[in-house]
Formats: sequence, C-alpha cells, structure tokens
Amino acid sequence: MEPSRYGKCERVPRGPDRPHPTPPPRARRVETVIHRECGVLKTTYEADMGLYPLPIARWTVAAVAVVFFLIIPLTLHEYFLSVANLVWIAVIGALGLNILVGYTGQVSIGHGAFMSVGAYTAANLANRLGSPWPVNLLAGGLMAALIGAIVGIPSLRIKGLYLAIATLAGQLIIEWTINHVTFISGGVQASIEVARPRLGPMVLSSQRDMYYFLLVFVALAIVGTMNLMRTRVGRAFIAIRDHDIAAEIIGINIFRYKLLAFAISSFYAGMTGVLYTYFLGIANYEQFQIGVSIDYLAMIIIGGLGSVLGSIFGAIFVTLLPIVIRYAMEAFGGVFFSPQTVLNLIPNLRLMLFGALIIFFLIAEPEGLNRLWRNIRSYFRVWPFAY
Amino acid sequence: MRQFLAIATALIVAAGGLLTAGPSHAQSKGEIVIGVQCDRTGPTQIVGTVLCPGFHDYVALVNSKGGVEGFKIKALEIDHEYKVPPAVESYERHKKDGAVTMAIYGTPQIYALAAKLTEDRIPGTSPGFGSAAAADGVRYPYIFPIAATYWSQGAAAVDFVKKQLGGNLKGKKIAFIFYDNPAGREPIEVLEDIAVKEGFQLKTFAVPPPGVEMGAQVLDIAQRYRADFVIGHLFGGAPSVSIKEFKRVGYPLRKFVSFVWGAGEANIEGAGGFGVAEGYYVMQFAGVGIDYPVLAEIREMYKKQGKEPPKEMASTVFYNRGVLIAALHVEAIRNALKAKPDGKITGVDTKAGFEKISNFTLGGLVPPLKITNTDHEGGGLVQIWQVKGGKFEKVTDWFAAYQDVVAKHIKESGAKK
Repeated sequence: MEPSRYGKCERVPRGPDRPHPTPPPRARRVETVIHRECGVLKTTYEADMGLYPLPIARWTVAAVAVVFFLIIPLTLHEYFLSVANLVWIAVIGALGLNILVGYTGQVSIGHGAFMSVGAYTAANLANRLGSPWPVNLLAGGLMAALIGAIVGIPSLRIKGLYLAIATLAGQLIIEWTINHVTFISGGVQASIEVARPRLGPMVLSSQRDMYYFLLVFVALAIVGTMNLMRTRVGRAFIAIRDHDIAAEIIGINIFRYKLLAFAISSFYAGMTGVLYTYFLGIANYEQFQIGVSIDYLAMIIIGGLGSVLGSIFGAIFVTLLPIVIRYAMEAFGGVFFSPQTVLNLIPNLRLMLFGALIIFFLIAEPEGLNRLWRNIRSYFRVWPFAY
Repeated sequence: MRQFLAIATALIVAAGGLLTAGPSHAQSKGEIVIGVQCDRTGPTQIVGTVLCPGFHDYVALVNSKGGVEGFKIKALEIDHEYKVPPAVESYERHKKDGAVTMAIYGTPQIYALAAKLTEDRIPGTSPGFGSAAAADGVRYPYIFPIAATYWSQGAAAVDFVKKQLGGNLKGKKIAFIFYDNPAGREPIEVLEDIAVKEGFQLKTFAVPPPGVEMGAQVLDIAQRYRADFVIGHLFGGAPSVSIKEFKRVGYPLRKFVSFVWGAGEANIEGAGGFGVAEGYYVMQFAGVGIDYPVLAEIREMYKKQGKEPPKEMASTVFYNRGVLIAALHVEAIRNALKAKPDGKITGVDTKAGFEKISNFTLGGLVPPLKITNTDHEGGGLVQIWQVKGGKFEKVTDWFAAYQDVVAKHIKESGAKK
C-alpha cells in the first residue's frame, strides 16, 4: 500500500479513483503536532515502516529509558528492585513465548523446559570450563534454540491442542532427563551453583547490580522482538499464524519458518534460564517445572497475544499482582480479622482474588491488557472530542 | 465505561499497595524480626497450614512472657505457594524489614536463596529438608538444617531396621521407595554405602511425581522382591497412598518405616485413619503428642485470653515441628542478645547464636541438639514412633547412626567444589 500523500487527516475523495487534478506542492514535514497521526506526513516507505510512527514515540522511549535506567534504580529500595528483577526475567521469557504463540500461532507448554536447558548449559560451562558469563549466556540460548527446534518438529504435522500436548511431552522428557542424567544435573540434587557474573573487576551480586544487568537484556529483547516482527521473518510468522496454507501458497517455507519460530522462542527462553541462574546463583531443576510453563502462557494470554507491550504487561501483571494484593490485604485485613486469621486468610484469598482479577480483565477485554491500554490511549488521543 | 471500571479498580488496588508500602512498620525499638516463609496454599499445604501456626504460637508465648531479654519478637510471615520467585521476593521483603534470621520453607527455595543468605549474612534454616551437604557449617556458613537431614534420616532408618531384624542385616533385603525428585533421591548414596558396610541387599523404587500412582512399585516390593523391610521417603499426598497400597497387597505395615515428611497425623488420616495404618513406623525430628510443658503453656496462654486453643494443635506432629523451629530461632536470638544486650544484633550475631545452641530440649520436644560452627545439623537426631491403638507411640528415644558414613559424604560433597 502506498503511504498516504496527505497525511492521515486528509479526507479521502469519494468517487472514481483518478489522479488528483493538480498535484499538490511537495508537502513540508509538519512536526508541530507530535502526538497525533494528523499532520505527520510520511513521504517514504521507510518512514511508514519506522519503529516509531509518531515523533512523540521517540520522546516517550527516551523518557521511559531515563525512568528505568536512572530514576528507579537510584531512588528505590533494594526490595523493590528485587521485585523489578523478577519482572524483568518474566518479561524476557514472555517475549520469547509470545513470538511462538502470539506471532506464529504455535501453542507451546514447554517453555519452562527450554529455560532449564539454557540454565544447565550455562551452569555446566561455567563450572566445568570456567567460561565467562557472556559466552555461557549465548551458549545457553543457542543450546535451548537447538532443543526447541527439535521439540518443534511435530508442529510441521500437527496444530493447536495436538501440538500443545506434543510440547508438553517435550517438557516432561527434558525435565526427566535433567532430573536423572547426572552428567547434566551435576549430582542427585540436580542443582549446580554458579559464581556471580563479573564485569571486569566488579562482581554483580546486589539487587541493584542485578537490576542493571537484567535491564540491559530486557531492552535488547524488546528492541529485538519489535524489529524481528518488521522483517521478512516476522511477516512470515504472522502469515503462518493467520493461515498456514495460504502462507505456503504465497511462497513461505513453512518447514523453515515454523522451526525458526521454535528456535527463536527457545533462544529467548534459554537466555531467560541463564539470567535466572545468574540471578539466583544456582541452577535447580525445580525452578523450571511445568507450572512455570503454564505461568508464562498465562502472562501472554492476559497481556495480549501477538504484541510486545502485551508480553510486558502480562509479565508485570502476573508477577506483581500477588504482591500488590498481599500488601492491600495486610493494610485492610487487620481491620476485620485477628492477626492469626489474617495470616491464614491472606494466601488463600490472594489466590482467589488473583483468579478473579484474571477473569475480570479477560471479560473486560478478551484481547488482553495490551488492547485495554490501546483503547484507553485512543480514547484520550481524540479527547475531548469523541469523533 | 468498562475502561473506567478497570482504571478505578487498578487505582484502588494501587492505593492499597501504597498505604502499606509507605512506612515500614518493623524494626521499631525493642523488636527483633524473624522472617518466616510458609506454604499454606501450595503442594505441601498439609504441612504448612499446621506448622506455621505452631511457629506463631510459640513466638506469641515468648512475647506474652516478656519477650527475649526484654525484646519482643516479631515473626513476619509470607506465603510463597512453594514457588521460587515469591520466595525470592519475600526474602527481600524480610531483609528490608530488618529480619536477623529467616525460617525458609522448601527445598527449591533454600537452594535459590543460599547464595543470597551467604552474601547478606543472614542465617536461614532448612529443618528436615534442603541439601544435606548444608550441614557443613564451613562451606555453608549461613545455612542451618537444625534437624536431621535426609542423609541422617537414611542412616537412622537403617539402624532402626537393623534392630528390628534382630541386629544383623547380612543377606537381608531392604526396599527404598522414594519420591522421584532431587530431595527424594538424596539419601540413596548414603543408603548404598551402608548397604555395602552391613552386607544387605538394597533395591530402590522410584515413584514419579505427583506420587499418587505407585501400585506397581508396591506390588513389586511385596510380592516379587519380598523385602524384609521397607524404608519410605515420600512427600505431600504420596505417603497416604503408600499406606493404602501396602495395606491392599497385604504387606505388614510394621515392616515399613517412613521418613519425616510421611509422618504426620494428616498423612495417616489421608490413608483412612489410624485404624488402617496400625503398625506403621515413622521418623520424627520433633516430639509428638501434647504432653510437653511448652504446649501446656500455649494452651494456658489461649485460656487467659479467653479463647479456645487453635484446632491446629491437635495435629501434633507438624504443629510441634513449628514450635521447634520457632524455639530454635528464638534461642539463637537469645544467645545473640546475651552477647549484645543493646539489641543491635545482625545476622552475624544470630549466626553465632545458632552455633551456641546445645542441650536446649524444651522438655523433650526438641532433641538435645549441639550446633557448632562446623556442624549446622546439630547431630542428626531422630525418634521413631509407631501407630498403635489410634495414636503415635514412642518406640525409640533420640538417636543418630552411622555418623561416620554421613560425615564422609558431607566431606566428599564439599571436596567436589
């Protein structure tokens, strides 16, 4: 599609499609209105495909970067940073799963296992060869990508629920293997301690160090995913999701791209596993059991399938909501009940509230938090004029 | 409209969060904080829902008697559903609130927090679970098993079996049925070593998680292998299933001894009650029953407040363990406060406090532990009890066995690093 020559606010002339009688003078780029499509004229394909559709996006990204790289880590207590770190780990994992489930349409319940592949690869490399963390991180990601591509092979023949069960089998096989093969697991305890990552002379051990360490990879993962979806590969993924037969007919190699989707998604998962291992200082197979895979699926479904922002929202929602609910109950619970009752009530009520809120948000917006956010945004974009 | 509803909800929840996030209400003057992690809702809830109230009741009892050296104890509890990320979060929350010692709950959780505990120098306890190698106080200076580890439990089990089979195990057949996860497999290496030493035949039978399906294994033990004695190491709902299955194939339960997590009233009731499980032997790291002075004091405390004693007290196995864990934490704090009467104690002081605990028995509920700076397990003492006439009856007093074998394994696992 050719980009509009008049900007998005131009009334489209009705009637037969014919060239404008007199071509308008070459339009100036109007940048005075930075937060609306109206008045922003794109004259090239590159501009139309830009990562930032509006000038304001650049400013927003800059502001977000300042907040997350400077203001939050320098002002907040370590406790809040530790919560943020858990969110960051979840964000990377959710982005990876969303590439597979949201963008390519291949259901996977094996995400936790791919994380463990990365974690144990890195832990073994670190302890047996003493290799530095960047090498382990990459190796963990690549190993997970390889295993992920293998587990993804059934996706060439089966779809939907059948594929979900096939990946579930992958999860169980990987779990069992790590649990029983002591060459991988490093002993019956199936846990391998790893030293803290070092950056030159600095040892990254406090939550604040970890915050920066993880944030860099979160930024890379977000930018990576956003760009991936603008490439030929990303478009092929989306085409496969929307209709795989149609995609094949227009010349997309299904075999290649489905496995590529599994590999890229598992690469993210592997990286998540490695980062988690360095974050905790130990790789333990019980951190990557099937419940973790389900949690990640919950994140992207709540956040919004097939969107980067949705993955982030979902990861934040699933990680933070239980904590926020607990704080709220600690604040209000004492008003109604005795302390001992509150202690017993909090965890149970928290589970119920958590479930209820997920249902509430999914009823309010079945397409997830990302869609909810976009609705709010577009409401305010034209505010106070509704039309 | 829907959007506003959503925003409004989000705001209310956020406001609630801010309300509590503002002032940190702990570590006021004259208060010592213990961080307690608990599982009241996850897969091991049959333990958590009883153990945690025991912990709080003991702390309340100590406070009602004026606290420790004039300081009140505050036990902050967070439930982590047996998941790792919430355990990390609650660890950091407790650290922020100034906890000087932490009661960690769950094997994956203590693994995940081991590095942090050591870096932040806060002692964390893992009574009856976690890595057996953590008994080595030199290698893990801030981790305290404070109760018999799975290695010590395995050693004690074999010793008990030996006595039951007439003092000689040569040529006997012992079956080990275990939950197939790292914690379940942990005692095998110790058992194998002792098998060579004592000359008995050991065969292991794995029960895959979630541990509700073990008919084939039990049948194998009872009718093909024909074990002379069975040692069981199962968790959660699995012990109840094992009792039922052994009963079904007609294997006598008086030839079965269970590790500590298959030893609660709830496990027996899950199998159909005490009548069904008659003869079943269990291992305990805390005293069982209600005949301990400290429990009488707790009942007295409730009576003074005009309340009934909590129903959790009836489930004495896990409740008493909660009391034991709390008592050891309080004891460590007491020792720390004796060394530093101004109350400005840190994790380093409570670590030293734990390492001074010796012969603190709480009227028989706690084994005569002797925790030192090299031995954080305190001797690996257990008691064996038996289901008899509708309740647990004590069979042996506190004992530990094959300490040389256990010590050798601790040393080897330290050398591997």
